[in-house]
Amino acid sequence: MSWLASHFNYVIVVALMMAGLFIVFSSGNLIKRMIGLALFQSSTGLFYISLSKVSGATAAITLDAGSVDGKALASQLDPAYVQQFGVDGVVYANPLPHVLILTAIVVGVATLAVGLAIAVRVREAYGTVEADEIEALSRVTAEQAEPAR
Amino acid sequence: MTTPFLDANFALNVALLLMLLAIALAVVRTRSLLAAILLMGVYSFVVAAWLMVMDAADVAFTEAVVGAGISTIVLLGAILLTHGEVVRVNWRLQVVPAILVLVVGGVLIYAAGGLPNFGDPASPANSHVGRIYLETTYGDIGAPNVVTAVLASYRGFDTLGETTVIFAACVGVALMLGFGPRVDTAPTVDVMGDHHVVLRVISKMLIPLIVLFALYVQFHGDLGAGGGFQAGVIMAVAVILHAMIFGLGETTKAFRPGVMRSISAFGVVLYTGVGIVCLVNGGGFLDYDFLFTPQVEAMIPPGLLGDPDKPHHWGQHFGILFIELGVLLTVASTMVSIFYGFAGRTIEAIKAERGS
Amino acid sequence: MADALHWVGGGLVAIGAIWSIMGAVGVLRFPDVYTRIHAASLTDTGGATLMLLGMAFLAEPGIVTLKLFFVWAFVMLTTPTASNALASAAYSSGHRPRIGNFEFMRGNDSPEAATKGESRP
Repeated sequence: MSWLASHFNYVIVVALMMAGLFIVFSSGNLIKRMIGLALFQSSTGLFYISLSKVSGATAAITLDAGSVDGKALASQLDPAYVQQFGVDGVVYANPLPHVLILTAIVVGVATLAVGLAIAVRVREAYGTVEADEIEALSRVTAEQAEPAR
Repeated sequence: MTTPFLDANFALNVALLLMLLAIALAVVRTRSLLAAILLMGVYSFVVAAWLMVMDAADVAFTEAVVGAGISTIVLLGAILLTHGEVVRVNWRLQVVPAILVLVVGGVLIYAAGGLPNFGDPASPANSHVGRIYLETTYGDIGAPNVVTAVLASYRGFDTLGETTVIFAACVGVALMLGFGPRVDTAPTVDVMGDHHVVLRVISKMLIPLIVLFALYVQFHGDLGAGGGFQAGVIMAVAVILHAMIFGLGETTKAFRPGVMRSISAFGVVLYTGVGIVCLVNGGGFLDYDFLFTPQVEAMIPPGLLGDPDKPHHWGQHFGILFIELGVLLTVASTMVSIFYGFAGRTIEAIKAERGS
Repeated sequence: MADALHWVGGGLVAIGAIWSIMGAVGVLRFPDVYTRIHAASLTDTGGATLMLLGMAFLAEPGIVTLKLFFVWAFVMLTTPTASNALASAAYSSGHRPRIGNFEFMRGNDSPEAATKGESRP
């Protein structure tokens, strides 16, 4: 039970990743696949942020430990804990994963748009966005092209 | 501190993650693409709330704006163009993927046992480089928001790469979906004729406020949560809202598609230019300590910006300001260009349908 | 005094939360689009107002109160507009309210019956 509590986030992240992966594997619809990829990508972000969580921390925006807010934050924690893990009397979250995921989200939507643009072109070329129909159509055109050679 | 039980933060964490799982399962099950897209919007909002619980204010901001704003619009544009609202499901073909996914997930959950406990301040991820950034940022850079400082200064080269990727996405969408609607042929909405009066009045009030808020987010990025990425997306949302309410014709007159693409490139050029100026002044690429020459730094009144003993803060501050401006320009114009690409394609498709 | 304010604020937030839950139940239980929009907009306006008022009591008076007021003003501008747009879109896409629908009153309450057979104005 204690293991589940301390690793709960990782279990949920893996479950979300499985949901995204299942959509990518099982769905023939290209747009649904892009949604699955977005879900998968989001689970990666959730994993990074889960790792960067520090108990009792505040957002990584430096504030003066002597101010009202700083004192209020420090008063909720064990002084020895703040002494060991804090910076100048305040415990902050780990900023590095936040930076990585912040840019990844914006880049993710840009690449999602590129993927969807490809899906739109596929639909214009084949009249469908279902992977199996596209495959059947391209097989037909390949067989038609064969005797001409 | 090792047992997170009965902690209000932890309870919120569990509740929000379970909501995320429920939404993800609903996305897997639903056959309607429209429902899946709207559920992804809800998913993004719940992720944003969860990120606030995780003390990741900047990321929460980005996720709320990007996930619920732009990606929903882009996905809706795509299903409009592909005419596919319903997905066919053949359950017999889903057994093998299900087994595969379960095996992968089982292995990963087994491997998760080796990860540090949730919220452990002494874990390897939290005790090395992240902690060093927290300790040194105020002395090195002088910006209170450590996330912006790391994003723009310590890892400025990485962010340049990300900005270039966004510019590349702009070019990619433009090449595949055309260069947006022609300014002279884009439709305008008959402002007096329809019954969207309430929307029109409220949008007219809100659009300037949204742009103002974007500028606030931009220029307070090193003081509080925010920065170029978030501000760029908020600004793009204002333009897209204008296009949806007042018609593409009006919007393309104000924000011409060609100009948007040029700005997208200009943002990357501005970012790189700041790096090159640092290089010319004797520092490394994107080393803002060398953004200003010593002659310029001598002219700064002492104590004007941060610690008077650290004149390099001046360079750091302006370096971050300029590159965040570059990021803002690239992100905002790329998102608008992507929207123009999808919208222009839709207009062409409707015209082709009517013509035939 | 501060204790009394704390209780008032907490109570208002709790009432707002219950209000929002009632709105959510309404969205699930009400029969057609328009009544559901009504339930959802109650959550947005009434629930949010009560919660923000409660938070204003809980917070230190000053800049936070002003910020909460601006949040409230923004919510009051946007969410009724969104509800209006939603209802307008539902109407122009052919959904008709169930109230006063004769098919429904005869006991035939399938969703198709509620919208079928009525032409757009």
